Amino acid sequence: MGAVLLLSVGTVWGLAFAPADYQQGNSFRIMYIHVPTAIVAQSSYMMMGVAGLILLVWRMKLADVVAAAIVPLGFSMTLIALFTGAIWGKPTWGTWWIWDARTTSMLVLLFLFIGVGALRDAISSVETAGRACAVLAVVGMINIPIIKYSVDWWLTLHQSSSISLTSAPTMPSSMWVPLLLNILGMYCFFGAVLTSAVRTGILIREQNTVWVAEVVAGEVDNDVF
Amino acid sequence: MKKSGFTMHPVRKKRLLIVLFVFFGLALAVTLTMQALNQNINLFYPPDEMVDGSAPQNIQIRAGGMVKADSLNRLHDSLEVRFTISDLKGSEFPVKYVGILPDMFREGQGVIATGKLLDNGTFEATEVLAKHDENYMPPELQDMVKKNDS
Repeated sequence: MGAVLLLSVGTVWGLAFAPADYQQGNSFRIMYIHVPTAIVAQSSYMMMGVAGLILLVWRMKLADVVAAAIVPLGFSMTLIALFTGAIWGKPTWGTWWIWDARTTSMLVLLFLFIGVGALRDAISSVETAGRACAVLAVVGMINIPIIKYSVDWWLTLHQSSSISLTSAPTMPSSMWVPLLLNILGMYCFFGAVLTSAVRTGILIREQNTVWVAEVVAGEVDNDVF
Repeated sequence: MKKSGFTMHPVRKKRLLIVLFVFFGLALAVTLTMQALNQNINLFYPPDEMVDGSAPQNIQIRAGGMVKADSLNRLHDSLEVRFTISDLKGSEFPVKYVGILPDMFREGQGVIATGKLLDNGTFEATEVLAKHDENYMPPELQDMVKKNDS
């Protein structure tokens, strides 16, 4: 609910009411989709990496369910970020794509999500697949600081960050407030979808246990009623 | 007797140490590789490297910087344009380009050009991309800034 509210207010505000940019005109408005998805994509990968660490060290089955549920979500977020980035790049930079450090490392993130997903599908034993994916997820976390600092460490076409936790945003509040709403909304959306996916994941993984059988029986009874 | 404070099962502790060791080992390896490849990861040559001779001549490279104010010169009978790219710190080089500039091309804004550095120090570009910075501003605010400046 919170996600729907935040995202709709932020998007409508950002796309329709926030002022146009003095250089880019209306093109910059795609930022209201591009930035939240890119941030959540990276956070979701970090979350998958931490879940991988927990699985490898503490062997918690729940961590593996979470990691598995993050893959399609993180993949979608990364894909949307890259796609909106291309749409933004064409009118402003003059090109859809450039192999600079930021865009390339973000493409690597997309391939990491694809790789973790494919690895899970390729191994038939749930336990082995989980551990293999955890190793890949943990190792892939090295890419996250590279994405974040790529625009500071190297010369890139992509501009530096406009908003951060530590310094003032490089735009007036009429522009950054809707952006902030959309970032929070995207996190809520991610949280809501992830929770529901994890719930389903637990039921699928524990389908042969007594408690799942009881839950399912309860559901069936309720449906009849 | 139970020890007070945070204790970890020895097997888990060992696993944690292995994971951390592998992770930081790989992170170190990646860092060193990045350091070694630093020059190749940079997308373009900045103006000072174009001037001091570190940029190779007569092969396709990318060069970037700020378009110097009042340096844009359009030829009337063709699409040829000439402008100067500067780092606003004293290094600058002339650019020759035949084609249509991107909409966001402005004097005083960043650009990245693909092309060849000729022997006479001119950069002959085959593609020009506009680089915009991380600052966003409504047009009205920009007018106010201009008024205050003048």
